Amino acid sequence: MEQKTKQEILSVEELSVSFSMYQKGLRKGNLEVLHKLSLSVRAGEILAVAGSSGSGKSILAHAILGILPGNACMDGRMLYKGQPLTEKEKKGLRGREIAFIPQSVDYLDPLMRVGKQVRGVRGTKERQRELFRKYGLEEGVERKYPFMLSGGMARRVLIASALMEDACLIVADEPTPGLSERLTEETLKSFREMADAGCAVLLITHDIDLAFKAADRIAVFYAGTVVEIAPAEDFRKGKEALRHPYSRAFLEALPQNEFCPLPGFQPYAAKLPKGCLFAERCRERNEMCMGEIPMRKVRGGEVRCVHAR
Amino acid sequence: MQGDREKGLEARDVGFRYGKNGSWILKGVNLTVRPGERVGLTGPSGCGKSTLAKILAGYESPLEGEVLYDGSPLPEKGYCPVQMIYQNPEQAVNPRWKMEGILCEGWTPDAELLRDMGIEREWLKRWPAELSGGELQRFLIARVLGPETKFLICDEISTMLDVITQAQVWETLLRAADRQRLGMLVVTHSTALAKRVCTRIVSLQEINQS
Repeated sequence: MEQKTKQEILSVEELSVSFSMYQKGLRKGNLEVLHKLSLSVRAGEILAVAGSSGSGKSILAHAILGILPGNACMDGRMLYKGQPLTEKEKKGLRGREIAFIPQSVDYLDPLMRVGKQVRGVRGTKERQRELFRKYGLEEGVERKYPFMLSGGMARRVLIASALMEDACLIVADEPTPGLSERLTEETLKSFREMADAGCAVLLITHDIDLAFKAADRIAVFYAGTVVEIAPAEDFRKGKEALRHPYSRAFLEALPQNEFCPLPGFQPYAAKLPKGCLFAERCRERNEMCMGEIPMRKVRGGEVRCVHAR
Repeated sequence: MQGDREKGLEARDVGFRYGKNGSWILKGVNLTVRPGERVGLTGPSGCGKSTLAKILAGYESPLEGEVLYDGSPLPEKGYCPVQMIYQNPEQAVNPRWKMEGILCEGWTPDAELLRDMGIEREWLKRWPAELSGGELQRFLIARVLGPETKFLICDEISTMLDVITQAQVWETLLRAADRQRLGMLVVTHSTALAKRVCTRIVSLQEINQS
């Protein structure tokens, strides 16, 4: 692919996010949930961020948009079209150049009719109706309140509201759960169309199946960091083409494959092991895994594992 | 049909619509789930799957027809033998309760179940807003696996989980289902998942006459 020539829309470098929480009485502690995470999305590309629930995928999205809660603390750099992306910039860009499709249908205002919410301040009625038609939302839906919609309909409303303006970067946080297979495909197709028109799409999903259908590259998250970034083809090819044991376990757990769960759980952010975060569940673990594990390039992808060849 | 004890959970000619003049979402729906059976319910978004799930669990009353549990209506008091797990876990909990209260409202799960579900002890002291959707969903599954539960209505319960957690959760859920001979209604969009976990698959569009 000739993506090397395309402009990097967003690049995240060594991003760490921590939350300060009260532990006992008035004593505060810091809980680091993202650790030194780096990734980038280019124009015309869909980058899928896949990983277990609770691995910090949504926090990454919120960090990019600058909507983390007040007790969050960020470290590292973010560049948008080569320029530093500061909190002030984010405020101006989000909703215009950076569009967000939130994960939960709770992000809709329960007291506003959905048509009005989707139009927002600058949108037009024509554009909103066009999008509603495209996503199979009937004429009357725009006059309904969020509680009157089914899960899948609310999801489509969220997608429509992100597409109201011409965005350069779309951050979609789990846009498809609850949608039927046909609508899922429709949604992915519109992401592809936007990418072809020069957008960068960051598709956050736990559904690896979806990721390798839709994306150009896939970044696999585990316990708050990226363990592998690989072309989506490698995931389609199967286990052997992948580099990290966690990515391979993902394929094994798919219902259409073995449906075989990897035992154990992701370490809790407050009790992270030293060295490799995945070591506890890894079959190839040895003393080499105890040190610092850097991201390195292996066979056209990047991986955070000392055993990968 | 088999003996009276084996009647299971039954929707008989169920009809439902929202509002007085709304269009009928469900009409003349007949569906029976027997103990130990896992019925997959499929259909496009907005066709009434969740509504039927809520009616079977007793959270909505059908405007027409009835829901029978072992041949009689669902009990109005005490522990309901039909329990439901929702699609959006963040909407199924009281945001002002801590997780421990949410988990132990109906029964007190043992340590083994908590371990199987991957629930950290520390999470019990948190508020629902401090957990991710997948973490929250594991609590909501653990809280309905009490000994008095006979039927489980699972409305897209694993769409917000990653595939490894999904496989783990279903493993635990299926083990509990076999042990307690639970009847289950599994609403899902994923045909691959339905084929894996269900004993038979029903399309709502085929049984719905609206």
